[in-house]
Amino acid sequence: MLLELAQAKSADSRSYLKGLDYSVVQQCMHCGLCLPTCPTYDATKLERHSPRGRIALMRSVADGELDATRTFADEMYFCLGCLACMTACPAGVNYAELFEQARAEAEASEVLVSPWRRIIRWVTLKWLFMDHSRLQILGLSMRFYQQVGLQWLIRNSGVLKLLPQRMRELEAMTPSIQPKFSDELIAPRTVPEDSAPRYRVALLTGCAQDLIFSDVNLDTLEVLKKNGCEIVTPTNQPCCGSLHAHNGEWEAAKDLARRQIELFPPESFDAIITNAAGCGSHLKHYSSLLKDDERYCGRAAEWDRKVKDIHEWLVEIEFRVPDESSSERHHVTYHEACHLCHGQKITMQPRQILKAIPGLSLSELPESDWCCGSAGIYNIVQPEMANKLLDRKLSHIDSTGATTVATGNPGCLLHIQNGVRQQGKDLRLAHPVSLLAEAYRRETAKT
Amino acid sequence: MGLKKQVLEALITLVGDGNVLTRREDLIPYSFDGTAALKQLPGCVVFASSTEEIASILKLANANKIGVVTRGSGTGLSGGSVPSLDAIVLCTVKMDSILEVDEKNLTLLTEPGVTTLKLSQAAEAVGLFYPPDPGSMKISTIGGNVAENSGGLRGLKYGVTRNYVMGMEVVLPQGEVMWLGNKCVKDVAGYSLKDLFVGSEGTLGVITKILLRLIPLPAAKKTMVATFAEMDRAAEAVSAIIAAKIIPCTLEFLDRTTIHCVEDFAKIGLPLDCEALLLMETDGHPAVVAEEAEEMERICQEQGCVELRVAKDAAEGDKLASARRSAFSALARMAPTTILEDATVPRSELATMIRFVDQVAKKYALKIGTFGHMGDGNLHPTFLTDERNTDEIHRVEEAFKEIFDEAIRLGGTITGEHGIGLAKKSFLPSFLGEVQLDVLRKLRAVLDPAGILNPGKMFD
Repeated sequence: MLLELAQAKSADSRSYLKGLDYSVVQQCMHCGLCLPTCPTYDATKLERHSPRGRIALMRSVADGELDATRTFADEMYFCLGCLACMTACPAGVNYAELFEQARAEAEASEVLVSPWRRIIRWVTLKWLFMDHSRLQILGLSMRFYQQVGLQWLIRNSGVLKLLPQRMRELEAMTPSIQPKFSDELIAPRTVPEDSAPRYRVALLTGCAQDLIFSDVNLDTLEVLKKNGCEIVTPTNQPCCGSLHAHNGEWEAAKDLARRQIELFPPESFDAIITNAAGCGSHLKHYSSLLKDDERYCGRAAEWDRKVKDIHEWLVEIEFRVPDESSSERHHVTYHEACHLCHGQKITMQPRQILKAIPGLSLSELPESDWCCGSAGIYNIVQPEMANKLLDRKLSHIDSTGATTVATGNPGCLLHIQNGVRQQGKDLRLAHPVSLLAEAYRRETAKT
Repeated sequence: MGLKKQVLEALITLVGDGNVLTRREDLIPYSFDGTAALKQLPGCVVFASSTEEIASILKLANANKIGVVTRGSGTGLSGGSVPSLDAIVLCTVKMDSILEVDEKNLTLLTEPGVTTLKLSQAAEAVGLFYPPDPGSMKISTIGGNVAENSGGLRGLKYGVTRNYVMGMEVVLPQGEVMWLGNKCVKDVAGYSLKDLFVGSEGTLGVITKILLRLIPLPAAKKTMVATFAEMDRAAEAVSAIIAAKIIPCTLEFLDRTTIHCVEDFAKIGLPLDCEALLLMETDGHPAVVAEEAEEMERICQEQGCVELRVAKDAAEGDKLASARRSAFSALARMAPTTILEDATVPRSELATMIRFVDQVAKKYALKIGTFGHMGDGNLHPTFLTDERNTDEIHRVEEAFKEIFDEAIRLGGTITGEHGIGLAKKSFLPSFLGEVQLDVLRKLRAVLDPAGILNPGKMFD
């Protein structure tokens, strides 16, 4: 079967960019105001690696002046997709859409194809991330590998030295799998203990989040519970499809979106909560993803309105500030996940939450909204640029003197955590909602 | 066509493999600048990192009669850095060091690829001030600013780039290097050649170092916004402020369309229900600032402004100014193509000019958003159109002609701060007249006999 896969032709040979509403490409008037905010332009000073340069290439493809060449495709994958350019763009260019279409174009044109790449993409995008139970099985085997001491043994035995350097680097990046997944920690339905629920919300437990940060899911649940929410958390939730949309797999992304809507009928909730910025940024755009799907487009619009990032929701419902009994001295700095600040324009809410925690002092991080290099799977496929950005982030973190870095996205948490570990720093990484949950817990402990 | 293989190889020998771009995918992003609807693929793009490299590149180009288009960040608005066919785009963004801040002489020496923002921050770090602030200052390079003699929001009180250039190092097409000017406030030795190079749009030489004049950073500033139900009232308010012997550092206006676009982007709570908005800023000694602000407030009230809001602190003031700088790009929200104009008239004729622009837009059935530097008469009527609509584009061209004619009739100019480049080339001869144009041609021929520098730009 692997051989078949390796040789399979793409079934998708249309041109995404030529099919695009031309006004989306035309929206860019190439003023250049995006350049200083683009991490890849900043690092290289090459227009090709800038938002307006990439849009110029996309436009050339749409105009038929350029084929979707290998160089074109490489460029689209060199982009972090951090969307800082969208925050900077006065003209309101929808770069997120252009970028996803351009990657789909790159995939459809098959210029990047190699047997290995095809197999890896099929296994991850079309098999693993299409069914959460498969992902959990992978998680279980990794948990076993880590818990029985196999990882310790392998890391200390020197066996790894036999691997090529890149493999060794990747091994070092393997995240710790949580002892329990969200399903094992969270009941399908949770109600507030001491009051009638004011809101009915759904909690999305995510993919990576479920395996690696199920504790953050639990913290999210507890915080919601403390704030008058009845929480519905179905087991075996599908992937939201952001991984697929960002990697040029549109049909799979649409399929996953439909499954989400079926599992979480948006009509029955006041809000659908996500605590992963990368997912949230994608989840809020189902209506444009499903715009040609007559059956789903209406519900998708309702869905988009209901999806809330946890920080956004907590501030919207005026979350309860933990009382002074929970106070504990804590020096924190806040790194803004790109898909929270640029993708969803959520900047004040996480800070508001952190500042509300008694005893917590928040130091502003220089360049807090500059990408850390994680960018989905960017740190795996583009390690050089990802590490450059990580170093830049770590040195800014150093300059604040904080002992905890708070950030609202699993990718950033992992990537920065890896950097911290490599540099042997004593620094804690935490989701803001976990810090809030801890404060609530300290409160209860004392009373 | 394309550049000859030997030329490309020679360029690679001069600056290294990584600093010469020839692939189509690399060139397409350099085929335009910030100007709408102008596009041309260059022969190659070369990044230089020193004066010596630039001298060698120019010698090579001159010997082979290859056009050289100098480029910074490519944010120009008259097509000045749009490549010509088979030209070498000489990009200076990698020459980005500030070489010296001299606090005793109040000067700053810099390489051309430094962004305007970076050098203004370097000045502010030591309590000094570099006032010119073009809209694209976050990314525009000082080399480009000098070559275009860029203006900005503070032109009214502080002047434009030219007023801050004390000296420069220039490489001529045959590769000779010369220093013009110095740190002396007074210097009358010979013709002031540096002034010839300011605003020369890359047609006379390549600027490789720039010596800038700095001034003390004003101790205080106050920013305010006033809205008006009629454009005329806003124009009257401006005239009254000037007549009251107040020269604010900023006196900007936005029309209804522009206000809505800017608010849509910046979300800073601009009042939306008005026909005109004035953004005013006064700076200097705290006592003077307080007095001028009060007086400007009074004048605006007298002129029947609908609402007046004073920024509560410097941060809010900066946000307002920064939102105003985004006006041109923000207008692109309204239409696929935005064509921006730069006609400028003496201050006293401003109201007449604004009314005229409105009439012309109506006459040719065009959508327009107008904003600009009301304090210095520099208007930016912006046509909101679609470059694929040939009929409409033709009407835009006709409208421009009328606007330029009127600006000239009122004693104004066809461009206040964007330059001639390609966009206004056809209007320059009649504006200058035969005698002046002839002098310009002769000057250009003396400095660039082979005509390799920015060929086809400004005039033929």
